[in-house]
Amino acid sequence: MGMTMTQKILAAHAGLDKVDAGQLIMADLDLVLGNDVTAPVAIHEMEKMNSKGVFDKDKIALVPDHFTPNKDIKSAEHCKCVREFAAEHNITNYFEIGEMGIEHALLPEKGLVVAGDVVIGADSHTCTYGALGAFSTGVGSTDMAAGMATGKAWFKVPSALKFELVGKPSSWVSGKDVILHIIGLIGVDGALYKSMEFVGDGIANLSMDDRFTMANMAIEAGAKNGIFPVDDKTEQYMKEHATREYEIYEADEDAEYEKTYVIDLSTLKSTVAFPHLPENTRTIDEVGDIKIDQVVIGSCTNGRIDDLRVAAKVLEGRKVAKGLRLIIFPATQAIYLKAMEEGLLSTFIKAGGVVSTPTCGPCLGGHMGILASGEKAVATTNRNFVGRMGHVESEIYLASPAIAAASAVTGKISSPADLGL
Amino acid sequence: MKAHGTVHKYGDNVDTDVIIPARYLNSSDPAELAKKCMEDIDAEFVTRVKPGDIMVANKNFGCGSSREHAPIAIKAAGISCVIAETFARIFYRNAINIGLPIIECPEAAKEIAAGDEVEIDFDSGKIYDLTKGTEYQGQPFPEFMQKIIKAEGLINYINS
Ligand code: SF4
Repeated sequence: MGMTMTQKILAAHAGLDKVDAGQLIMADLDLVLGNDVTAPVAIHEMEKMNSKGVFDKDKIALVPDHFTPNKDIKSAEHCKCVREFAAEHNITNYFEIGEMGIEHALLPEKGLVVAGDVVIGADSHTCTYGALGAFSTGVGSTDMAAGMATGKAWFKVPSALKFELVGKPSSWVSGKDVILHIIGLIGVDGALYKSMEFVGDGIANLSMDDRFTMANMAIEAGAKNGIFPVDDKTEQYMKEHATREYEIYEADEDAEYEKTYVIDLSTLKSTVAFPHLPENTRTIDEVGDIKIDQVVIGSCTNGRIDDLRVAAKVLEGRKVAKGLRLIIFPATQAIYLKAMEEGLLSTFIKAGGVVSTPTCGPCLGGHMGILASGEKAVATTNRNFVGRMGHVESEIYLASPAIAAASAVTGKISSPADLGL
Repeated sequence: MKAHGTVHKYGDNVDTDVIIPARYLNSSDPAELAKKCMEDIDAEFVTRVKPGDIMVANKNFGCGSSREHAPIAIKAAGISCVIAETFARIFYRNAINIGLPIIECPEAAKEIAAGDEVEIDFDSGKIYDLTKGTEYQGQPFPEFMQKIIKAEGLINYINS
């Protein structure tokens, strides 16, 4: 029996010719990531270890993004802890706010992850880099501490689900709609402990930004990782962003998959996940009349330049509904700058939106857009759990940038078609 | 090694945002986190919980964020073991890495009720509901993980 793409990458990093699902392995890491919430806990754990140094100062990325620019004194102390640790250990990839971004948008952009890598991050959306053909997965702070010290992590080799994508999505249908559709299909634990491997001709019709969005939300189906094969678009992306050598792994012909789903992209419609789980999906024509108070466009899921371009296309020459708050947060400084140069920011501001510096901010109910009781928001983020963006009686509807922008204009969940687009 | 205590029961998909809401993540002090544990789905939990108590839930317990603050908060609140139908994988890892015992057992997760008195034998994976007089066989940890739990977490395991 052959190996899946994920299994091949893991085998190579464990120094083994072959691994099987369920096998426990110790793998070498190409990158270990932490943020201002998880790194302080990891740093504290590292202090308890016998060996105090880091395994490789170039293979650790520290990105204070959750409560930055520092929200309060406690978060300032956390960031200080990370900053001091980075200085003490000479960490190459520590990003202060002026050069930062939301970690999962930032690392690929800085070329810190390439195809064939094994990456762990003390953040559940570390699975985002599967878009590049890398194995990457979220872990906790203790794993991060052990990873920083030893350059290794233990894994149970996952089995896999195969998603064969065919066809071309219609206009306004994006990677976000594809992944919401899939999560609606298999449920929030539908891929528990497993890999989600995307294959098929349809992938060529998805931009890198679409693929990042999809891999990002693999965790919302409980998956260990989501992974895409490497094609021309991936190689082009890596040429533009990275200098490191990459390695392309392909699944064996006879690789074993627990189940195969065929998804015809041409039949998909814009999809919205209703509160309070990403699996509560409805297509836009089934949504009904839902009045909203806030729209949030951004995050590691949908804060990339393609997302902002789509939002600007919808908002161009329009105004947000009276009484509605539109908050846009580009995912990195580079995206922010590009959006400025392309005139997208001025479109947003003229429409009546506010544009925030890159931060996780409202996505996790941290700051910069917290909801009051009874309020409803459409967000391009990835989680709509109870209390995720504020009060426990607030509601989050997850959607694509196109739906979010259209909803901001009408004041209720809407599609660009409702605006005649 | 055994655990013995009263059960606090929850449903499916208990996520890390309700176990410890992000608004409290500006702290990483276990005692402080424990005070806010489960606040958004069970505000009374922190006043009701006694040291040694057991948490029982249905499927996909601990889904969502990778915050290790979640198992830390549960452990610091006094919970000696979590039994669930299934666990979300990052929570599973984190619990083992910080030395919070967790057991997957669908039957026990379904049948054990809130307030029951339960005993767990970690060596055999057996779960006894003393209130109901029932017994369940939970999935014991693979040997590799038992070593980490015995060392009381991954850091001690690496140090040894
Ligand atoms: S943007 Fe949201 S989901 Fe992404 S890393 Fe930040 S808090 Fe997590």
